[in-house]
Amino acid sequence: MSAPLKPPAAETYHRPAGLAGFAADWASDQRAFKNVSWGKAMMWIFLLSDTFIFGCFLLAYMSARMATTVPWPNPSEVFALDIAGAHVPLILIAIMTFVLISSSGTMAMAVNCGYRRDRRKTAALMLVTAFFGATFVGMQAFEWSKLIAEGVRPWGNPWGAAQFGSSFFMITGFHGTHVTFGVIFLLIVARKVWRGDFDTERRGFFTSRKGRYEIVEITGLYWHFVDLVWVFIFAFFYLW
Amino acid sequence: MVDVRSGLGEALPPPEVEDVELYHPHSWWTRYVFSQDAKIIAIQYATTAIAIGMVALVLSWLMRLQLGFPDTFQLVDAEAYYQFITMHGMIMVIYLLTALFLGGFGNYLIPLMVGARDMVFPYANMLSYWIYLLAVLVLVASFFAPGGPTGAGWTLYPPQALLSGTPGGKDWGIILMLSSLIIFIIGFTMGGLNYVVTVLQGRARGMTLMRMPLTVWGIFTATVMALLAFPALFVACVMMLFDRLLGTSFFMPAIVEMGEQLPYGGGSPILFQHLFWFFGHPEVYIVALPAFGIVSDLISTHARKNIFGYRMMVWAIVIIGGLSFVVWAHHMYVSGMNPYFGFFFATTTLIIAVPTAIKVYNWVLTLWRGNIHLTLPMLFALAFIVTFVNGGLTGLFLGNVVVDVPLSDTMFVVAHFHMVMGVAPILVIFGAIYHWYPKITGRMLDETLGQIHFWITFIGAYGIFFPMHYLGLIGVPRRYYELGETAFVPDSVHTLNAFISIMALIVGAAQIVLLFNLVWSLRHGREAGGNPWRATTLEWQTPETPPPHGNWGKELPVVYRWAYDYSVPGAPEDFIPQNQPAPSRVSHEAAS
Ligand code: HEM
Ligand SMILES: [Cu+2]
Repeated sequence: MSAPLKPPAAETYHRPAGLAGFAADWASDQRAFKNVSWGKAMMWIFLLSDTFIFGCFLLAYMSARMATTVPWPNPSEVFALDIAGAHVPLILIAIMTFVLISSSGTMAMAVNCGYRRDRRKTAALMLVTAFFGATFVGMQAFEWSKLIAEGVRPWGNPWGAAQFGSSFFMITGFHGTHVTFGVIFLLIVARKVWRGDFDTERRGFFTSRKGRYEIVEITGLYWHFVDLVWVFIFAFFYLW
Repeated sequence: MVDVRSGLGEALPPPEVEDVELYHPHSWWTRYVFSQDAKIIAIQYATTAIAIGMVALVLSWLMRLQLGFPDTFQLVDAEAYYQFITMHGMIMVIYLLTALFLGGFGNYLIPLMVGARDMVFPYANMLSYWIYLLAVLVLVASFFAPGGPTGAGWTLYPPQALLSGTPGGKDWGIILMLSSLIIFIIGFTMGGLNYVVTVLQGRARGMTLMRMPLTVWGIFTATVMALLAFPALFVACVMMLFDRLLGTSFFMPAIVEMGEQLPYGGGSPILFQHLFWFFGHPEVYIVALPAFGIVSDLISTHARKNIFGYRMMVWAIVIIGGLSFVVWAHHMYVSGMNPYFGFFFATTTLIIAVPTAIKVYNWVLTLWRGNIHLTLPMLFALAFIVTFVNGGLTGLFLGNVVVDVPLSDTMFVVAHFHMVMGVAPILVIFGAIYHWYPKITGRMLDETLGQIHFWITFIGAYGIFFPMHYLGLIGVPRRYYELGETAFVPDSVHTLNAFISIMALIVGAAQIVLLFNLVWSLRHGREAGGNPWRATTLEWQTPETPPPHGNWGKELPVVYRWAYDYSVPGAPEDFIPQNQPAPSRVSHEAAS
């Protein structure tokens, strides 16, 4: 893969800083993003495309919500829980958000350890991240079943606009799928790290290419993105 | 001074990445079927696209038979007509043109033209093809599903695409169509990411962005656009599937069908139109930009002249790509919208004409006093320019709200989009096939058969689509299975319709000449050698023809110049390959 060669080009080829440097990189040969590997570039561009998908979902939802002629159910009521006699709005969502954001923290630490080639710590931190992710999905499943029990369906709900349920299931479902894939991805990479694949240059089962610790960071990019998207869903769906 | 054409200074930077390690297939299966080699994947993509394209062609025949001779043939009833129109449109736009330009030409040409050994992630690239094939199979399955394929029109507008009593929404057709599109988008994304990253991060030493052939620029920009436009279609398809399968009402207003109130309510059909056209308009340029790029290279090579205004051409491609994301609502003038929006979208639409016109001028100026070889690729390129100008001019009419409203949904629109995104890109595809076939197979296509193919296709296409402008101006509506006795339709319309249909049969049949040529020349064509057109770009400089796995043998190519050093004064030959170092500085000075 695209491992950087030993003496970086920077020594022989001085690249200017700032905007001029940006222009110089794009005017140069071989790579437009210097020192960005193929895998990372690919993940970034994929995430850009995925942003458009989530953007369209959210815009569609918002346009439905703005256009509705029947009342839109009040999210802080719908997503409230009664805990120990107290009625706490949005509590579950708050915990879910907290869990997911914490998982971003552990992921960042995993990336750091990965680059220090600390096999065990990296794998452990990725497992913790995956655990947080799985917890998030679990809580989401709980939330779904609670709403379903209360009578929310994709085609209608007891409180108002039918688009409430449709958008809710669609958007959180699509996001939850992303988290689930992320968890699977994390487990696979964690296993590889644990086994030392990236130290022994073991080849991938499907691609027959040698993996590198960088894959931890690429997984991290995806994971942070999924978190970030959640923040937007949180803001636009639950807080609006 | 820095060489303006490349951005590089005098010196050539050292390699930044290690040479890639290729996957070496061990069996016939992994070599030719589940191949990770972009060239094989390209051929797989192209064959599948052409095969499904033939289906769309046959459907157009059947439709034309119905329109031309409504009383003679009983092949098509009203419902089948809608089904055929839908499948024809969708297959042509997405499963043929998009797949062939990006999956076919993109896969073959990008690695070769930028001097890479392969796409950056060959495994994902391979998956891309198999998922595309699955999408095609799901689409084809709808012909055999209960109720047949959907008849919603290629725009799939709800609510009719979802109602069980319409040609669009009944039975399985629409479900299979939406599923197939979703699968297509997933597969395309895997390939598209590869093409983009290969261009950005996988180029050879010396290959700056501003030295890339315009073909690569066109395919690259189109792929970036596709990665940003397909999400809208993806979302639209998912939401529509939910409307259909789960009973949500994203796109469905409260509606009565057959005197019965349906459980839908509160959704917005216009929302679908916005999502669809946010994809749909860029899609037009997703097939046009690769065509622009390829035709620039064909013209330059076969007129033995550098492309006029290379930088302008690059920027025009990029600007067209960007602008095409802010014009989508010009397809919705009759759907109803705030007049200020209409004004906005009409303005942006007309602005696109500027970079587009620049491109046309530059093609013509490239030809100006060139040493024009009337080879087959050149003939097709010339035909493209004429056709594109024609389609572009009618586009200016349709871009204006007041002109569009009466012309909307008439044959004028059918004429316009067939000229600009049907015939024009297909002509480029033909030109490209004649141009690159020698590299792909090592043999030339037969010239006589090619000439027959060209003239029938070119003149015939005008025979088909030119009269449609007139039909549209009279008011003949689009998507009508027969006209019947209508007061405003004079007899001449029926005569013309019959004429158009005969032309369509002839043009369709002429494509068999091409298919025959493709197969026959494989064994009997003249040996081509490595560089029969004496072209400068890297794909013609491979050590072997057809290029082997890994493309370049031991050493990766190093690039010293742009792609258009044709007829450089003082050079020993009338072309200087991009990877030829020595007298470059001298010749550049002379040329500039
Ligand atoms: C031999 C060549 C072709 C013939 C004879 C042909 C014929 C037709 C006919 C008869 C219609 C229906 C018009 C109507 O009643 O509204 C149609 C629609 C259409 N065609 Fe073609 N076509 C050809 C090639 C192409 C190509 C290459 C494309 C690629 C862009 C294309 C894209 C479309 C689209 C998008 C529609 C609109 C479908 C709809 O209204 O939903 N066609 N064509
Ligand atoms: Cu458009």
